[in-house]
Amino acid sequence: MNLRTLTTMKQAGVQAGTSRRAFLKTLPLSGLVLSIAIPLIGEAADEPQKYGGDGMPQGLRDSPKIFVSIAPDGIVSIVVNRSEMGQGVRTSIPKIVADELEADWKRVRVVQAPGDEVKYGNQDTDGSRSTRHWFDPMRRCGASARQMLEQAAADKWHVPVDQVEARQHEVVHKASGRKLGYGALALAAAKLDVPPAASLKLKDPSRFRYIGKLDPFLTDGQAIVTGHSHYGIDTRLPGMLYAVIARPPVLGGKVKSFDAAEALKVPGVVKVYAMDGTPPPSEFQPIGGVVVVGKDTWAAIKGRSLLKIEWDDGAHASYDSAAFRAELEAAVLKPGGKEVRNEGDAYAALAKAAKKVEASYYVPHYAHASMECPAATARIVGGACEIWACTQSPQAAHDRVAKRLNLAPEKVTVNVTLLGGGFGRKSKADFVVEAALISQEMGGTPVKLTWTREDDLHHDYFHTVSAQHIEAGLDANGKITAWLHRSAEPTILSIFAPDPKQLAPFELGLGLVGLPYAIPNVRIENPAATAHARIGWLRSVNNIQHAFASQSFIAELAQAQGKDHKDYLLELLGPDRLIDPRSISEHWNHGESPERYPINTGRLRKVVEKVTQEAHWGRKLPGGQGLGLAAHYSFVTYVAAVVEVNVNDKGEIVIPRIDVAVDCGPTVNPDRVRSQIEGACVMGLSQAVVSEITFKNGRSEQDNFHQFEVARMNLAPKKIVVHIMPSAYDVPLGGVGEPGVPVIAPALMNAINAATGKRIRALPLRDQLASPA
Amino acid sequence: MTTLQINGKPTTVDAPEDTPLLWVLRDHVGLTGTKFGCGLALCGACTVHLDGTPVRACQTPLSAAAGKKVVTIEGVGATKTGKAVQAAWLEIGVPQCGYCQAGQIMSATALLQQNPKPSDADIDGAMSGNICRCGTYTRIRSAIKSAAGIKGETA
Repeated sequence: MNLRTLTTMKQAGVQAGTSRRAFLKTLPLSGLVLSIAIPLIGEAADEPQKYGGDGMPQGLRDSPKIFVSIAPDGIVSIVVNRSEMGQGVRTSIPKIVADELEADWKRVRVVQAPGDEVKYGNQDTDGSRSTRHWFDPMRRCGASARQMLEQAAADKWHVPVDQVEARQHEVVHKASGRKLGYGALALAAAKLDVPPAASLKLKDPSRFRYIGKLDPFLTDGQAIVTGHSHYGIDTRLPGMLYAVIARPPVLGGKVKSFDAAEALKVPGVVKVYAMDGTPPPSEFQPIGGVVVVGKDTWAAIKGRSLLKIEWDDGAHASYDSAAFRAELEAAVLKPGGKEVRNEGDAYAALAKAAKKVEASYYVPHYAHASMECPAATARIVGGACEIWACTQSPQAAHDRVAKRLNLAPEKVTVNVTLLGGGFGRKSKADFVVEAALISQEMGGTPVKLTWTREDDLHHDYFHTVSAQHIEAGLDANGKITAWLHRSAEPTILSIFAPDPKQLAPFELGLGLVGLPYAIPNVRIENPAATAHARIGWLRSVNNIQHAFASQSFIAELAQAQGKDHKDYLLELLGPDRLIDPRSISEHWNHGESPERYPINTGRLRKVVEKVTQEAHWGRKLPGGQGLGLAAHYSFVTYVAAVVEVNVNDKGEIVIPRIDVAVDCGPTVNPDRVRSQIEGACVMGLSQAVVSEITFKNGRSEQDNFHQFEVARMNLAPKKIVVHIMPSAYDVPLGGVGEPGVPVIAPALMNAINAATGKRIRALPLRDQLASPA
Repeated sequence: MTTLQINGKPTTVDAPEDTPLLWVLRDHVGLTGTKFGCGLALCGACTVHLDGTPVRACQTPLSAAAGKKVVTIEGVGATKTGKAVQAAWLEIGVPQCGYCQAGQIMSATALLQQNPKPSDADIDGAMSGNICRCGTYTRIRSAIKSAAGIKGETA
């Protein structure tokens, strides 16, 4: 824990010295942010530090009495406490339970938990943590239920429990062959106590029926392809009204005045009013604006378009992202800034180096642009507020609604719908609170709030913008002696605290300080940067820029010495070893125990070897074609990618193939691991090639998908091959949703360099290949 | 009052004539399978078939749909091609979040109804108006080929 963060957390209203439980209650943050506070707790409180799922707010639960119910007809209902946003969690989590339960998958139904972390444990669906944290507790949950059913059968037959066995939805008395179905046993089993953890007999992984098996089945697949799935935007209630909001276009702006006369003439518009916002740092609270309520969505949208609003733009009205880029790029060229990792003396080693290589990199703001914009429906009946929302953090939404509407916690219910994409945006509850506030304004009438695409691109919690500079020193034999790395980027803490200028430990831990290379002198600095927009987590977060810089630079270093990139990368990795992340100033470690999750350079080496072998690395390609490599460790998962690119005379690119090797430990649902990595390839390509949010006069300049471009079918790789490294089940799980993203941009730019000789150091690519090098 | 035929059913709607078909379907008729993604015909999430032609419902005013046949994701499974496309989507495991897939399926079905054996370039051409932010494009290609009975390597 460093002083800077301590100060920041105090500014955010978080007191040291309180008990962990009290501290959690006061924390206005999602789990990922919570992790930055954990070292503080470790110092201040008596309780031992908790890691993984235990370290998250409200921790883990494993009782089948919470998650499993069995009807007399044998239908097994399994509660999923995480939000489905395409990662497959509503399939994977029930499969874990069903496998240990020996349930017949065809007779399993999935039930979505509302936001209630006291009951269900932590529900923050972010940080690539759902399967990683819930694999073990869900196994215990299923095994407990199985053993309770076995006990119920043994009691009924008056035989010792070790003579019976649960198999595919029935319990069998081995000696007599008698059988009882789960439905028949359910009532008696439910009356039994949950077996103590020590008595649980988990399955041997060789007997898994569902876990680790390739199966394209999706719990919501049939509903999705027939148009019957229910997303946040799909809620319909009797008598419902529809709302949109015109929000202040500049961070911290306010409504000065507005004229609703024309808007109110639109047929179907029923009310226009101003909603107060929370000034920065606005955390997950609404930023205010002018609300238009109508009898359908179109009336509200049309009414809004006719509003005349005068804004008070406030302090960030001059934010210009082009000027800010120059500011950041200048900052990273200057020595100094906060030291965030230091081993040896990089400055001295650089001064003595026989050869120095340096480069600077830039990554712009991005928007999440989930295909479903934020949307929520709320109603208030008898003083109780009920909400349906596409939220990644239903408890966070619940708490903020209760506070803002001044309702007792038990008077608020947050039902979780499917999410039409999340990528971190829907961890923020602002849109949920907005819906609740509008319903309150309308006397409790059900109101659906919809964000339009313009709202989404103008008022996102944007991915931060960054400049980085790296210098390496080489001795006379070409051996690397020093790595000096500076990164300037506005911090996510800026949504929680007034004007913080340095990255938090959890941001440094997203691919900046934890570089696992065998270099004697390493210094990493973090110059100050100010946030002029709302900043938030976007799938893989700071890893996007950190991996882009480090993996591009290593390719540049190899090239500067005439070495093969793969060989040089493995040389830099050095001998296989386990690195205690704390020994390289990585104190966050994704909230995981540094003993249980050390950085294993051998696993990184193996994914590099696997992916290069599968992609036939080293093969000769005609001019204009190239292969590019990148490797990165994030979310405690090891990933390497090879991108193949063709560049034509006009500088347009086609991507015939991407190979990705991923070592995320054991897998529950390999097809969803593949699909997450496939999706990561495409999202990485969006960021690398076409996407960018720019600001002028404090305003996001991109209105819709014609300006904020994302990858379409024509940019998508023709083929993506995912190589999942085999793993034993005693290896702790890694994350899957995010770690595929960071390698894509650098691997592509390395491929473009191999194809054309041009080095792209600023994202996105756009037409940079069309202009002279 | 405007009358149109939605998924084979004559339907009368009381909404201003400039109301986009998207919001007519979602808010008035209660068919929420057709999705809002951009409102400017840039993403394809709202694709429906109007007299057999794929259109963006967000840019189709109710007046333009009056008296016409509208097929949505809820009804496309009644056609042979639509059913085959839906089945291929499940067989290949295309959807991630699934939000854009209604539009993808409507575009893919229209493609195969007009061009039963599309080439890769045909698929790129017909599908590039449909954005999938989860990045399911390679599986969409495979599923279209599977629904078309085109044998070959899957992506």
